[in-house]
Amino acid sequence: MIPELGNIALTLALVSAILLAVFPLWGAQTNQSGLIATARPLALGMFTFTLIAFVCLSYAFATDDFSLSYVAQNSNTQLPMQYKLTAVWGGHEGSFLLWVLMLSLWTVAVAIFSGSIPQEMVARVLAVLGMVSVGFYLFMLLTSNPFQSMLPFVPVDGQDLNPLLQDFGMIIHPPMLYMGYVGFSVAFAFAGAALIAGKLDSTWARWSRPWVQAAWCFLTIGICLGSWWAYYELGWGGWWFWDPVENASFMPWLAGTALMHSLAVTEKRKVFKSWTVLLAIGAFSLSLLGTFLVRSGVIVSVHSFASDPTRGLFILGILVVLSGGALLLFALRAASLNSVGRYQTVSREVMLMGNNILLCAATLVVLLGTLLPLVHKELGLGAISIGAPFFNKMFVYLIVPFVFLLCIGPLSRWKQQSVKALARQLITAFCISLVAALLIFFSYSEQAYMAVLGLTLSFWILVASVLEVWQRIGAMDSQYSIAKRLRMLTRSHWGMILGHVGFAVTLIGITLVSNYEQERDVRMLPGEQITLSDYTFVFNGVSKTQGPNYESDVGHFSVYRSGEKLTTMMPEKRIYTVQRMPMTEAAIHTTISRDLFIALGEPLDDGAWAVRVYIKPFVTWIWGGGAIMALGGVCALSDRRYRMSTLAKFKKASPLSSATGEHA
Amino acid sequence: MNPRRKQRLLVVSAVVLLVGGAIALMLYALNDNIDLFYTPSEIIEGKKGEKPQVGQRLRIGGMVVPGTVERDNQTLQVAFDLVDTGPPVTVLYNGILPDLFREGQGIVATGVLVEATTIKAQEVLAKHDEEYMPPELAEKMKGIRHVKPENAGGGT
Repeated sequence: MIPELGNIALTLALVSAILLAVFPLWGAQTNQSGLIATARPLALGMFTFTLIAFVCLSYAFATDDFSLSYVAQNSNTQLPMQYKLTAVWGGHEGSFLLWVLMLSLWTVAVAIFSGSIPQEMVARVLAVLGMVSVGFYLFMLLTSNPFQSMLPFVPVDGQDLNPLLQDFGMIIHPPMLYMGYVGFSVAFAFAGAALIAGKLDSTWARWSRPWVQAAWCFLTIGICLGSWWAYYELGWGGWWFWDPVENASFMPWLAGTALMHSLAVTEKRKVFKSWTVLLAIGAFSLSLLGTFLVRSGVIVSVHSFASDPTRGLFILGILVVLSGGALLLFALRAASLNSVGRYQTVSREVMLMGNNILLCAATLVVLLGTLLPLVHKELGLGAISIGAPFFNKMFVYLIVPFVFLLCIGPLSRWKQQSVKALARQLITAFCISLVAALLIFFSYSEQAYMAVLGLTLSFWILVASVLEVWQRIGAMDSQYSIAKRLRMLTRSHWGMILGHVGFAVTLIGITLVSNYEQERDVRMLPGEQITLSDYTFVFNGVSKTQGPNYESDVGHFSVYRSGEKLTTMMPEKRIYTVQRMPMTEAAIHTTISRDLFIALGEPLDDGAWAVRVYIKPFVTWIWGGGAIMALGGVCALSDRRYRMSTLAKFKKASPLSSATGEHA
Repeated sequence: MNPRRKQRLLVVSAVVLLVGGAIALMLYALNDNIDLFYTPSEIIEGKKGEKPQVGQRLRIGGMVVPGTVERDNQTLQVAFDLVDTGPPVTVLYNGILPDLFREGQGIVATGVLVEATTIKAQEVLAKHDEEYMPPELAEKMKGIRHVKPENAGGGT
């Protein structure tokens, strides 16, 4: 009964999406306010029906309804309740349901928080989101319906959720990541709506900016969580593998970062208009490409779902229709786009252009590295793989000019910047950061010159950020106290500062952990010990325990620092009983300056175990920096002007905002 | 040229230069980092007439031959044979094998060819799925599983 309800709800959601794609757009083009007004209720309907379907599937998981093949494949009666609920998005079909739920959530959010935008524009935006949704609902109903029934052969018990996914990270990582992925559809919809209307002025940039920032925040957090999860759950201590699926989420992030900066220029200076539209289309297309890569089975990865060629073709179809359509429309409209702003060669506009070019180059590198093996194979040239060294090398080349621009961009003025003043600030900042980097460099006994480079760049960003704030408050009325002047900086300005500081923090983490990490794989008998820098790890043997749905060998390690006992660490080797699948649960001891990491390998003869021990300096800074970046995004989102525009909705439909929409 | 055109030309040529430079760098970096995929029989008999050179970096995928996994008593050094349809190739590895490494299981290793039929691996991968076989390998072994079950079906 419940599964049928879910199926019906999904179909109704599809119908709402189709209506949403047609009626409001028709109304906006022919100026019929009755049709325009259908946009919001239809968006709400789409969301409600999808939510019902999602609740139905969750209910089926909670009640162990193995008549659904999706539930039977991804759950088990022994599975703890929290994992039963998160198993909803543990496989392809359910995670796609989560995906469309997120899409309808964004759609309904646009419908609610767009009071200050002219009605026909909202109608067009929602219609474009409707078109995107139609593709995805069709995809789900035709090729991957989670409500597919197994009747009359109902299994007694399910095949259990993949043990890798039975983890806290799995509860929050996919929703965050999908919110980010799908969120770029809103920017795409705004760009598409502006193209359809032929009104490609800076107003669309102003409207879509907060949406891009929100999507970017979610994606940042999603990627960080994924990296953290891989770090502690996959068991081998790496935090980024340049795995095709990681790349699939990293590409929209890079393009989205470029888009966020380009939107700022378009809004403030009315230049780079066509570029910004292209980026908005590009960021969402890369999200779709990522979906294609993950779900079509063309690549091999720890994340990829079971392969089915029809699925791949379908998503490729959606990608071609949406991106192709948008690009075609863009080609038709591009002639009417001309930028009015003027700027000199040394100005903030040019710095941001450089930032965009470098971010796009980075996207291109990742794209090439991810797709080349695929193309190579399809051309019949044989299977190849592209290793992490390629990406690492390319990103080192790219990051130097990128950081340089990142430092001077915020310090420069719009239109024109005096080179002399800039050079003085830059050199000061550079000297300070070089000294700081060298101090840290000499505090380690190992010699790693890349560490000096990475640290100098990171500190340069930090010092330049401080200089920028100093310059900004120096320009304010000096009768106010410094604290008061700091408060007078806008929230979106603080957002930028936090974003850049977060990036520097991540860079520090990456630099230190890549250059100074210590790793040891050893064979250990109970009673044996090993020493890595200041730390001594004593292996006290292994005991057996029983979990709810697994059996486990728990290793006991005492950790001493300079002779003093620090802690006890207990890594586990689990066997999940249903799938007989072994899993490594690493033990991690975290402080702000380093992680100790122990993982149990396999048991060897006479009671010995293969053990991997790591010391990872500053590894948590990588994710901490990500959190700071996301916080910066939230800060920018809470800027006064956005709150004002939301407030405006409650006031009279303001003649002012619709006038600017018409006029510009 | 009027200043505006001049500026545009400058911008466009800067972009072209940067993109060109980036692509050149990328291809240069790629050169060292492409690992060709081989099966054991391709290493011995050559792939399209070309045998891999000793010292070359490559990837190999095959089934672990049951009974060939040898461990050193004192260290984590391990040696095992990989096979597809022809003669086996030996893989040497120092470190912890993945959770799902088993005899009869399909695995992929990345490493350097140190002798004609010996590979020193830096990385050994086995998937978290019992039915898993690397797609490259599955393609090469289509229809073969049933012919030589003693080579292919040990673990599953």
